[in-house]
Amino acid sequence: MIFEEFNPSEDKILRIIDNDGRVLRPDLFPEISGDTIVKAWKAMLFERVADEMAVSFQRQGRMFTYPPNKGQEAIHIAAGNVIRENDWLVPAFREVGLMLAKGVTMKEIFLYYNGNEQGSNFKNAPRVLPINVPIGTQLPHAVGIGYSIKYRKENDIVFTYIGDGGTSEGDFSEALNFAGVWQVPVVFTIQNNQYAISVPVSTQTKSINLAVKSIAFGIPGIKVDGNDFFAMYLIYQKASEHARTGKGPVLIEALTYRCGAHTTSDDPTRYRTKEEEAAWELSDPLLRLKKFMERKGIYRENEEKLREQYKKEVEKQFLDAENVAPYALEDVFNYMYVEMPDDLKKQKEEYQQFLAWKGNRK
Amino acid sequence: MSVMTMVQAINNALDIKLAEDNDVVVYGEDVGVVGGVFRVTEGLQKKYGVERVFDSPLAESAIVGTGVGMALSGLRPVVEMQFEGFSYPAFNQIISNVSRMHNRSRGRFRIPMVIRFPYGGGINAIEHHSESPEALYSHIPGLKVVVPSTPHDAKGLLISAIESDDPVIFMEPKRIYRAIKQEVATGKFSIPIGKANVLAEGTDVTVVAFGAMIRECQRAMVMAKEAGISVELIDLRTIYPIDKETIRNSLQKTGRLVVVAEAQRSFSVGSELIAIANEEAFLYLEAPPRRVMGFDTIIPLAQGEKYFMITPERIFYEIEKTARF
Repeated sequence: MIFEEFNPSEDKILRIIDNDGRVLRPDLFPEISGDTIVKAWKAMLFERVADEMAVSFQRQGRMFTYPPNKGQEAIHIAAGNVIRENDWLVPAFREVGLMLAKGVTMKEIFLYYNGNEQGSNFKNAPRVLPINVPIGTQLPHAVGIGYSIKYRKENDIVFTYIGDGGTSEGDFSEALNFAGVWQVPVVFTIQNNQYAISVPVSTQTKSINLAVKSIAFGIPGIKVDGNDFFAMYLIYQKASEHARTGKGPVLIEALTYRCGAHTTSDDPTRYRTKEEEAAWELSDPLLRLKKFMERKGIYRENEEKLREQYKKEVEKQFLDAENVAPYALEDVFNYMYVEMPDDLKKQKEEYQQFLAWKGNRK
Repeated sequence: MSVMTMVQAINNALDIKLAEDNDVVVYGEDVGVVGGVFRVTEGLQKKYGVERVFDSPLAESAIVGTGVGMALSGLRPVVEMQFEGFSYPAFNQIISNVSRMHNRSRGRFRIPMVIRFPYGGGINAIEHHSESPEALYSHIPGLKVVVPSTPHDAKGLLISAIESDDPVIFMEPKRIYRAIKQEVATGKFSIPIGKANVLAEGTDVTVVAFGAMIRECQRAMVMAKEAGISVELIDLRTIYPIDKETIRNSLQKTGRLVVVAEAQRSFSVGSELIAIANEEAFLYLEAPPRRVMGFDTIIPLAQGEKYFMITPERIFYEIEKTARF
């Protein structure tokens, strides 16, 4: 069993290809077609392009704050290849590639970060929860959904995400504990990208890694190279099979690096070195997968051409987001309750009267 | 009809909803095997099984947080916080997610969830077991806050709360859990959320209260009657959305307002009611509105509680002052 071989208490890490795309563990190499690999790499490239453009739109003053995903694409796209249509996704806020795989659009992502809640009203992704800002509070939601699934004897599972810093929150421990006791079908992923804004993992915990925390809750846990697409693909296959067959939750620590800033308001030069960033660039998930494909002779893409094509697609989505109907006063009130209390109606009407007065003013 | 305490009436409401709606699940600390520390859920696990009525691990944030997940995926969780003072570890989930998920998702996800807890003083309890936090929860947009004052109301309001597609904080006055017995219809009935109940019509002073304070007000009214003062007693039943219309109509008649509640008075339901009196009935007011409420202090432990708790005599004292102003 993979969870036994890569025992987190011995600080083992699941890795299948190295930084040069060489296969280190042919015995563990997942069953996956060349076509799927190429598509996955393209999806990772799309996420990267979309992410770079989001940062650029923000720099142009066309968007408010945005949290970059650069460097974490292998986790997202591996999950995106394993998650099924009826499975749930309970995100934190740095899983854009996986949200896209579930049917969320860049238009919606842009709309959200441009300050419109309609960006969380995912039209084609009914089982994806909105981005969750208060750190860690999304994990109990995933466990509750898991309970619903188990209660109804359904076959779906839940994927949920948290960062390394989030593991210090009480809700992280509470959720894993409940998940263990209730044996719900939830795949937890910690995206350990080394920093919670400026604070390194070493300030968050004295544990030898984050996966080891699973042991206390009696659930399987494993540390995985999060920049290795095949390792992530394999573990998502194993973890989802585990959860889907009634064996309960799994905790995955995906070791990665946040290449960008925490958000566009952050300045990483204040807390980390160029040398550190350069060292992590060697294990860039796109580069590694590309090297693998080149070795196998299945890489026939023109990256620059693809980038141009994706840029155009992303730009169109951005323009669509910029051109949605203006935010109406009703939008402030309409969704507070299923049934709007009379007093809220009155507050809205009073403001409308003010607007009418303002409109008539010379 | 059957004679019930509030504990029995709440149990009966849960029983009815568990029987008729398979989506209803009830859980929290000690609610399963032992039936809750106040026995509110007694017998329900035996009747409906451990998947529907169960003990959870001891962690309020996750009790509420998992409820959010259940509610948005189609269940109707009714969760118990063992005491009001233990609802605070769940406060982040309540303010950050329970109340917001519907708005955040633009109506895509509903949170039909009830968070029940006993509240209030007067039972000689240890710290954190005597508080009245209705203002904290009423201040959060997206929640409804309900407080029954009788077994009959507890049953009808809880059934409405469970059937509400919006999340409801359901505060149970533990002091009168077993102190009042009343004939309650055994079948299903509901009482609408958002509507106050005029318990007694009167002409001189409007007294607004809720929960355990209703009984104290009724005792004060006997004294008022002897003093020749006609009191209109309004039981809010729902703190939010508050029933402004009933309060306005009453104040247009009496012009005098006394608010009775056991919480700290500043920034409270009493404050809100006085604001309503000013906004809705300013020209009808004949006397400054009064708040008969707790001090802005921590509620003392049992030996000092007598100073903090609102007695019928103190309510009468304020009614008389207001009537004679």
